[in-house]
Amino acid sequence: MAEGGNGFEPKIIGFLCNWCTGAAADLAGTTRAQYPPNLHPIRVMCSGTVDPVYLIKALLSGADSVLVGGCHPGDCHYVSGNYKARRRIAMLKNIFESLGLDADRIWTRWISASEGPEFAAAVREITEETKKKGPNPLAADWAL
Amino acid sequence: MAKSATLTVKDGQLRASVNGLLKDLLGKGVVDAILVPLAHPAGNNVVQTLVTRPDYLDQADVLAPVMPVNAARILQAMTRLTPANIKTAVVMRPCELRALVELVKLRQAQLDNLYLIGIDCPGAYSVSDYAQFAADKSSDEFAGAAWNGQEDPKLRAGCRVCEYPVPLLADLTIGLVGVDVKEGLLLIADSEKGEELLSGVELAAEDKSKAAAKRDTEVKKLLGKMEGIRKKFFEETRAETGGAEKLSEVFGPCIRCYNCRTVCPVCYCRECFFDSPTFELEAEKYLGTAEKRGAVRLPADTLLFHLTRMTHMGTMCVGCGACEEACPNGIPLLKIFQLIGDSVQKLFEYVPGRSLEEELPPTAFREDELQWIGEK
Repeated sequence: MAEGGNGFEPKIIGFLCNWCTGAAADLAGTTRAQYPPNLHPIRVMCSGTVDPVYLIKALLSGADSVLVGGCHPGDCHYVSGNYKARRRIAMLKNIFESLGLDADRIWTRWISASEGPEFAAAVREITEETKKKGPNPLAADWAL
Repeated sequence: MAKSATLTVKDGQLRASVNGLLKDLLGKGVVDAILVPLAHPAGNNVVQTLVTRPDYLDQADVLAPVMPVNAARILQAMTRLTPANIKTAVVMRPCELRALVELVKLRQAQLDNLYLIGIDCPGAYSVSDYAQFAADKSSDEFAGAAWNGQEDPKLRAGCRVCEYPVPLLADLTIGLVGVDVKEGLLLIADSEKGEELLSGVELAAEDKSKAAAKRDTEVKKLLGKMEGIRKKFFEETRAETGGAEKLSEVFGPCIRCYNCRTVCPVCYCRECFFDSPTFELEAEKYLGTAEKRGAVRLPADTLLFHLTRMTHMGTMCVGCGACEEACPNGIPLLKIFQLIGDSVQKLFEYVPGRSLEEELPPTAFREDELQWIGEK
C-alpha cells in the first residue's frame, strides 16, 4: 500500500450521488486527476437516500471516515434531496458530539458534475485529515 | 387567556374529587368513554383502562405515582386505523400527551373525538416500587407531598429530570402546581373542547383567575428549577458516557431484546429495519465477518441498533423514560436518549409535543440553514 506518515492507510467509504458528486468522480477519472485510492465509492441515486444507518454501519465496520457527496444546495436533481441529507447529517454529527464520538469522521461535500478537480481535491483532503486522526477506534472494538 | 375553574377538594380527598369530576363527565354524557388509569384490583399497579360505565371510575387513580406504559402507545393502537367514533376523554401525563402529539404528526394516531385531559405530573415510580408504595400509602399522600417541594429519590429516572412536568398541549389541565391541593384543584381549559368539558359539568369558568395566574408563576419557577437539574444531569451523563470506550461499557449489558424499542412511544416505524431481511444472513456472512475482523460479538450490531434509534427518534424523544424502565439489564437509556435528544431538539429548535403544526425535523428543511455542512 501507499506510504503514510506511520504506514496507516485510512479506509473511506463515500456515498456519492449519481447526478453530481458521482459524475464528478467519473470526470476526475477521465481527466486523469490524481487522488489517493483510499476512497471506496458507493453510488446512490441521491444524497437524500442516505439513511444515517449507512454511515453508522460503515464507521462501526471498519471505515475510518465516511463521505456523503451530493449536488450543491439548490441544484438537487430531485429538487430537495440534499437539503434533507443535510439535516440528517447535521443530526448524526450532533449525536456523535453528544456521545463524545468523533463527528469529524463524517464528511459532506457538495460537488457538481463539472467539478472533477474539486472531487480529487476533496478526496485528498479527507484522506490527509483522516491519516492525521489515525484509525477509527469504533472500528477496532469487536464488542460494540 | 385560558379559562379556569376550581374543583373543590373535600376533606383533603384528592383522588375522590378527581374521580367525582370524571364520573360527572361520563354520567352527564359530556363524554361517552374515558381512558383513565384505574387501580388494579390486586392493588399492585394502576393501569390505563377504557371505561364507559361511570361506577368503574370509583377505582380511577390518576395521581397514583406509576406509569406502567406510555398511554400514547395505547392511543396509537386504538386510533391509527380510524379515529374514535364516540366522544372519548383521555387522562394523561404530560409526557404521554407529548408523545401522542408526535404520533399524530407521524399519522399514527388521530385526535378526532378525543378530549385531552392532562395532569400536572408529580412523577411516578417504577411498577415494582409502586407496588411497595401502594402497600401502605395512597396517591393522595403522594400528590399532596410532591408539590410541597419534597424531593423523592425513588422517582423513575425520567421523572427526576423531567423537562416538562406540566402539559404543553391539552384541552383541559388538572393543575396542581402552585395550588393548595388539600383545598381544591385548578381546572384550566385551553381549547373549546376544554370549555365544553367544564360547562358540561356545570363548573363556572373565569377568564383570568388569580389562582391560574399564581399557577403560571409557579410553573415558570418549576421549569426553571428543572432546567438547572437537567444542566447538571447532562454534564454528569457526558462524563459517564463520553467516548467510544465508555459507550461500549454502557451498552455492554445489552441483550438486544428490543424492549426499549417496544415500549418507546415515538419509535415510529411500522416495520423495524432491524427486523427486516437485511439482517437475515447466511452462515457464511457471519463467519466471513468473524474472519475479516478476528472476532464479532453476537447478536451483532448492538451499538448500530441504539445509534440508529437515536437518529430516527432523537428529535421526537419526550423523555418519558419507558426505555430505561423496560431494560432488563439496567442500561441508562433515558440518560443517553435525553442527552442526545436535548441536543438535536435544540439544533432544530424543536420541542416534541409542543404543537401540532411544527413540522417533524427529519421530514422538513430550510434552504438557508446548516450551511456549515459541506463547507470546506
